[in-house]
Amino acid sequence: MTNHWVDLKNSDCILVMGSNAAANHPISMRWVMKAKENGGKLVSVDPRFTATSAKADVYAPLRSGTDIAFLGGMIKYILDNDKYFKEYVVEYTDAPFIVGDKYEFSDGLFSGYDKEKRAYDKAFWALKRDDKGVPERDPSLQNPRCVFQLLKKHYERYTPEKVSEITGTPVPDLMKVYETFAATGEKGKAGTIMYAMGWTQHTVGVQNVRVMSIIQLLLGNVGMAGGGVNALRGESNVQGATDAALLFHILPGYLPAPDVSVPTLADYNKKHTPKSGDPRSANWWQNRPKYVASLLKAYFGDAATPENEFGYAWLPKLDAGQNCSWLNLFDAMYNGKIKGFFAWGQNPACSSANANKVRAGLAKLDWMVNVNLFENETGSFWKAPGMDPKKIKTEVFMLPCAASVEKEGSITNSGRWAQWRYKAANAPGKAKPDGDIMFELMNKIKELYKKDKGKFPEPILNLKWDYADEKGHFDAHKVAKQVNGYFLKDITLKDPAGNDLNFKKGDLVPSFAFLQADGSTSCGSWIYCSSYTNAGNMMARRKKDDPTGLGLYPQWSWCWPVNRRILYNRASVDLNGQPWNPQKAVIKWAEGKWVGDVPDGPWPPMADKEKGRNPFIMKPDGFGASFGPGLNDGPFPEHYEPLECPVPKNAMSAQLVNPTIKIFAGEMDKHLTCDPRYPFVATTYRVTEHWQTGLMTRWQPWLVEAEPQNFVELSEELANMRGIKNGEMVKVSSARGEVSAVAIVTTRFRPFKLGEVTVHQIGLPWCFGWITPKDGGDSSNLLTPNVGDPNTMIPESKAFMVNVIKA
Amino acid sequence: MSEGYSILVDTSKCTACRGCQVACKEWNQLPGVPTKNVGSHENPQELSAATWKILRFSEGKQPEGQAFWHFFSEQCRHCVSPGCMEQSEKDEVLQDEKTGAVLFTPKTKDLKYEATRKACPYDIPRKDEKTGALVKCTMCFDRITNNMEPACVKTCPTDALEFGPREKILDAAKKRVAELKKNYPKAAALNADDVRVIYLVTDDPKTYWKFAAGK
Repeated sequence: MTNHWVDLKNSDCILVMGSNAAANHPISMRWVMKAKENGGKLVSVDPRFTATSAKADVYAPLRSGTDIAFLGGMIKYILDNDKYFKEYVVEYTDAPFIVGDKYEFSDGLFSGYDKEKRAYDKAFWALKRDDKGVPERDPSLQNPRCVFQLLKKHYERYTPEKVSEITGTPVPDLMKVYETFAATGEKGKAGTIMYAMGWTQHTVGVQNVRVMSIIQLLLGNVGMAGGGVNALRGESNVQGATDAALLFHILPGYLPAPDVSVPTLADYNKKHTPKSGDPRSANWWQNRPKYVASLLKAYFGDAATPENEFGYAWLPKLDAGQNCSWLNLFDAMYNGKIKGFFAWGQNPACSSANANKVRAGLAKLDWMVNVNLFENETGSFWKAPGMDPKKIKTEVFMLPCAASVEKEGSITNSGRWAQWRYKAANAPGKAKPDGDIMFELMNKIKELYKKDKGKFPEPILNLKWDYADEKGHFDAHKVAKQVNGYFLKDITLKDPAGNDLNFKKGDLVPSFAFLQADGSTSCGSWIYCSSYTNAGNMMARRKKDDPTGLGLYPQWSWCWPVNRRILYNRASVDLNGQPWNPQKAVIKWAEGKWVGDVPDGPWPPMADKEKGRNPFIMKPDGFGASFGPGLNDGPFPEHYEPLECPVPKNAMSAQLVNPTIKIFAGEMDKHLTCDPRYPFVATTYRVTEHWQTGLMTRWQPWLVEAEPQNFVELSEELANMRGIKNGEMVKVSSARGEVSAVAIVTTRFRPFKLGEVTVHQIGLPWCFGWITPKDGGDSSNLLTPNVGDPNTMIPESKAFMVNVIKA
Repeated sequence: MSEGYSILVDTSKCTACRGCQVACKEWNQLPGVPTKNVGSHENPQELSAATWKILRFSEGKQPEGQAFWHFFSEQCRHCVSPGCMEQSEKDEVLQDEKTGAVLFTPKTKDLKYEATRKACPYDIPRKDEKTGALVKCTMCFDRITNNMEPACVKTCPTDALEFGPREKILDAAKKRVAELKKNYPKAAALNADDVRVIYLVTDDPKTYWKFAAGK
């Protein structure tokens, strides 16, 4: 989230799209309802009329997988009707930037496409820059090659009629949504978006988010209280897990993972440190070398020296172009290339798209370590229905672990608030906190390397691993302090005003502004620097003061970065630092200083020609970007059909599906489009009562009695067509698998009219599994396709084709 | 009798998270019962000795064609003049002076079950087959007499449930109805003068639950 949960209450219009917040993020509705009480509008766009829709002022249905068409139409509406916030668009976004001559777009393809590689040469999309490297701009927005005009041209085709033909949304419903949300383009108004997996789990997932980001920039909603772009994270600490880089492509704090193209730290810094020739661009990532050096010092301690580039050589390097994301890992596992697997706090046998392939892949392993609270479909895959334990060689080790309330530590919520939690009870039996399991495991590995001298022992033996308390247990405070970072020698630095600040060796670093590239500081994740300082554990704070009245609660827990509660807040004020909305001022320049939230950097407002800085400080040029030349599938979002879709042609262009997606071609990677055997669109979702795959909740009788069985929701029209009665058992099948489900025949799903064609859609939850409860059914991920977004490889679980028949 | 307490159930703010249904079971230590999905998210289907509160789901089409989905957190209304109490001869059913909570004592095993259930306009009383006593929501009597809100109110994320002195709740209900009427002409507080658990609805009560406004 650029903003945070409480801030939803400040919104004039909340669009919930790609999420069903009422069911899946129930507490969010506390703040949504407060916004409504204050006169704000709630808009729900969803294939199904959900619990969120039931509370909405405006509801519009759309066929799964057509969000870009829907929102592309909104961009056109905003531009055609002058609903955009002109001053914001000109001063704070890339709208005036001139795009280079090689950029073109024609019939669904951007320039630079290589059909063989199914990839673009992004050099074709470069901006025009002056000799200092600063983008050329036309503040009048009239230049036909400026981003604004190209945007206008790109979405000219997205007329309400064309959009409706793609999405199945009746035109009057479309217009109602456009009018309601575009009204937030007025100066002083703020609209926000709450999205989740309904946007990301598509072959156009990233572009779904981008098309909304463009709208938010056009309407001047980013940086505002009640505005922003807000991803509702699916687990309480998934934001923390992402920050800590439990992903293949990044190191903690969003530093790119090194690959073979950067064998030395100098190479790495050269490649990954952006430059700007614009003295008014803060270009915050120019500090990257400080964050990398401090991270390496946190990893390797005294063994990291300037002479050995702080142990950079000990970091694992990806092969050139190697992508180790989920679908590729399980493809490799299925093909026998992975021997061992830690399934830690996860249940891929139910959570993964095309779960049959995953279950088959688990059988190819030599060993699996399953760390979890309960027996689950992953650890016990070898005795699943259809498996013959005698033929499975995989040795499975089950390690019971402590639940969240049985250990101490921090969790970071969607709003980036890191909150410290205390241990409430001991774990049962021999179950241990994850931290203890990892700590002991690594001690053992170190011991073995020392004894047996394994290959490439340096990273293992040099790893700084001093996180035990006096009893030898994992100490969450020691880790949290290392994540914050230390000064490693006595040092004198300057504060922003130029005064001397003296720090002693062993002091905790008060803010990432003081991190150094020379090895004199250590920091496990620069964005968490200032979370645990000499003044104490900031994450454990519980003060309810609210000086702005906006619900920022600056002394409740701690928020990254530097306790800034609303990101890009420099865009919430005009060039003189005065808030666009004085009633809901996030920050304000008063008597030579900023008051309110922690501003995006200390510099004075932009009107100060010398010291002012452009507002979007994480972008090299300092501006919010409608034009995204860094993505794999194009600088502007374009509508493509899902890999499995109900239409033979894309109504927008000759490209049926995203031309850059990776299509797996093994015997378990089937997908079918417009196949009469699988005529209905399907999507998956969660229910309030079961969490993720239900691994933790399916053992809980109060929750199981409320949602006892797998179900499929379908329209009355489809039920009539198939002779299905409400409450009957049905079979839902796709090219990849089949599940049983109870039919919920409902008016909350309606057939879509795509021009003259009628398309039916159904939906199922993915929270059930064969282990428990009895008669609960199995995971609907047995149906979903293993194809991913070309940027993130997130699987397209939210739009695929199925059949439904009576069981 | 003092004014006692009331609960306001503002269905316009209810999102059907069922936190109240689960919190009721958790606080009162009521077991989960075996259920089947019968073509609705509503479960369990019936009040029982193990279930004192059910979130009712009701869907349909408005006259103009758009869908509605109403949520109704059903429970004992703690009537001002309880029908169930009229069946009571001695002190099988009590009405607490201070709080106004209507309480079934173990002596309810001597009451006629069918007649007592019939006497309730909202069809709330159920028989505990093990003890023979009748059971229902107690307004979390053990909590409200110890300065705590009822468990369902405490857990509600959207403040759709509100607990407080009856006078304040009646006032809040009146204000909220006036506000809701701007967008929903059918907005009403159901039987506010007669019950302590006051439901606010924005549509015909029967579209929420068959006994929303009484039998």
